[in-house]
Amino acid sequence: MSIIKVENLVKIYNSGAVPVTAVDGINVEFEKGEFTSIVGPSGCGKTTFLNMLGGLDEPSKGRIVIDSIDISKLKSKQLIDFRLHNIGFVFQAFNLIPVLTVKENIEFIMQLQGISAEEREKRVDVLLEQVGLLDRKNDRPNKLSGGQQQRVAVARALAAKPKFILADEPTANLDSKSTENLLDIMLKLNKTEETTFIFATHDNRVMKKARRLLVLEDGKIIKDEK
Amino acid sequence: MTSVYLAVVFALFMRSMQFGSYDNMIENSVKLSTGHIQIHKNGYWNDKSINNTFANDESIMKKINSIEEVTTTVPRLESFALASSGNFTKGTLVIGINPSLENKLNELADKIISGEYLSENDGSAVVAEKLAEYLHVTVGDTIILLGQGYHGITAAGAYHIKGILKMPVPEMNKQLVYLSLPETQYLYATGDMVTSYSIILSSNDYLDDSIEKLKSFLDEKEYEVMPWQTMNREMVQAIEGDNAGGIIMLAILYLIIGFGIFGTVMMMTIERKKEFAVLVAIGMQRSKLAWIVFLESLIISSISVIIGIILSIPLLYYLHLNPIPLSGDLAKTLEQFGVEAILPFSIDSYFFFEQAAIVFVLSVLAALYPIFVINKFTVIKSLRD
Ligand SMILES: Nc1ncnc2c1ncn2[C@@H]1O[C@H](COP(=O)(O)OP(=O)(O)OP(=O)(O)O)[C@@H](O)[C@H]1O
Ligand SMILES: [Mg+2]
Repeated sequence: MSIIKVENLVKIYNSGAVPVTAVDGINVEFEKGEFTSIVGPSGCGKTTFLNMLGGLDEPSKGRIVIDSIDISKLKSKQLIDFRLHNIGFVFQAFNLIPVLTVKENIEFIMQLQGISAEEREKRVDVLLEQVGLLDRKNDRPNKLSGGQQQRVAVARALAAKPKFILADEPTANLDSKSTENLLDIMLKLNKTEETTFIFATHDNRVMKKARRLLVLEDGKIIKDEK
Repeated sequence: MTSVYLAVVFALFMRSMQFGSYDNMIENSVKLSTGHIQIHKNGYWNDKSINNTFANDESIMKKINSIEEVTTTVPRLESFALASSGNFTKGTLVIGINPSLENKLNELADKIISGEYLSENDGSAVVAEKLAEYLHVTVGDTIILLGQGYHGITAAGAYHIKGILKMPVPEMNKQLVYLSLPETQYLYATGDMVTSYSIILSSNDYLDDSIEKLKSFLDEKEYEVMPWQTMNREMVQAIEGDNAGGIIMLAILYLIIGFGIFGTVMMMTIERKKEFAVLVAIGMQRSKLAWIVFLESLIISSISVIIGIILSIPLLYYLHLNPIPLSGDLAKTLEQFGVEAILPFSIDSYFFFEQAAIVFVLSVLAALYPIFVINKFTVIKSLRD
């Protein structure tokens, strides 16, 4: 069953001297539990596409239907709530909140959801266990390595039990060992948490681990390999 | 935020100095001449005639003194006279006083530079220094006072000079003659009349309250109740002028403080914009984020204001108890006005609240900036930075 349905998606940027068509008519569906990599040369529209999937950017044309909700029709406040309950984000630059501890970073999103302290505590432990950082629970992010920070970011993205996780070049700032490690963890979580992962990458090792590969060029899907 | 609490310390320091010197001026001048409040026969202030007097009434004095904030009340009978000795004649202001009460009020006895101060029911006179010089008289000599008494009667008398006074205000030093009250009443043939009751309060803060209380039992048709401001307009103007200058200085200070605080808040906001973008991306409502950041600024500002006050209190209290002595031209000018040449600091709680409140309001205004930013920024742009 598809959880995301993208129909004729177009994004045109009008900010420059000439309009740029970053995404040019994408039609695609994502199934529950997918582990999909979006690849393609620089400037092909990966980031733009992911931003629209995550409701961070507005399509110029077309629709994105997630669980039968057309997110382009949502008002900005509804969209934020929609993200809170349905989408997890992993950023290239980790973007943990520096003043919060590892635990608090993960817990925060559950607080926004109104989950009880007891449940939050349990969930933080489960997630930290899975990303192998239970012993760093009370450290601040700046005490962790990049690889460790990104694992915390993955745990944070999963904390709210989202329908899917979007990650734009999650391994771009990591060395090869950390990349390997992060991918293994993501694959494991993809199974145990039954969460759909969609990520953009340049990295060959990352592509190899993906179970589905979407190749973009000039804002169009030119290849869809399962 | 250092900028906020330093701002509070600065503002308090300035204000304390200003109010301190006003208090000093008021205190000095009030004690020397008018008192905080005077009671006259209705109409006296506009027509200072010996006929505009009222009967010295023990029961009224008692009532006045029973007001909590009143420290002393002194009866006076004042009028003009020509003073002469030998070939020299000069216009003088004759003030009939109760010597001991008057001394309690303005330490007149300490201003005697030769001879002695008046005693109760004294038949002699005490003359101001410059007047004595002009008339070429000294202690032991006699002066003749000539004036117009009650209902046109000629007032004339010869007085033995018991003491010479040095008054700090030049105007006074040139023309004052003090007699005892009964002697003055006899000179002007007023019977038991006086021109004023001068009232000293424990603090100028109680001025309005006390006037209310006085008016509650004094017949308005019979008496006029005047605050020192009405009787000493020059000083009111001097203070108002200085205060206006002070307020301009303060305004400049606040402008600097305001920009300082705003700059800090702006930097903090811009630095954290990416953080805000992450929070909104993962699902935090902008309104909620804005509210939290606003509260955070408020708490920081409040703590800073409190730190500022706590830092200021010992400093200002010390300076309040140990005023800075002034020297040079400034000191001379002040002494001319009859004001002690010191730079006292006020620790009146009023302006503590005033200054703390102003700085707090500035901080609150500055805290509006992040609210504005949080409601306007675009998530993907801020994430990319
Ligand atoms: N805000 C913008 N305004 C104008 N043009 C933009 C904007 N963002 C992206 N573009 C353009 O849209 C196109 C697609 O950009 P996008 O960032 O989606 O590519 P990408 O595949 O993520 O590239 P990379 O692999 O380098 O991250 C590019 O030509 C880019 O210059
Ligand atoms: Mg990109």
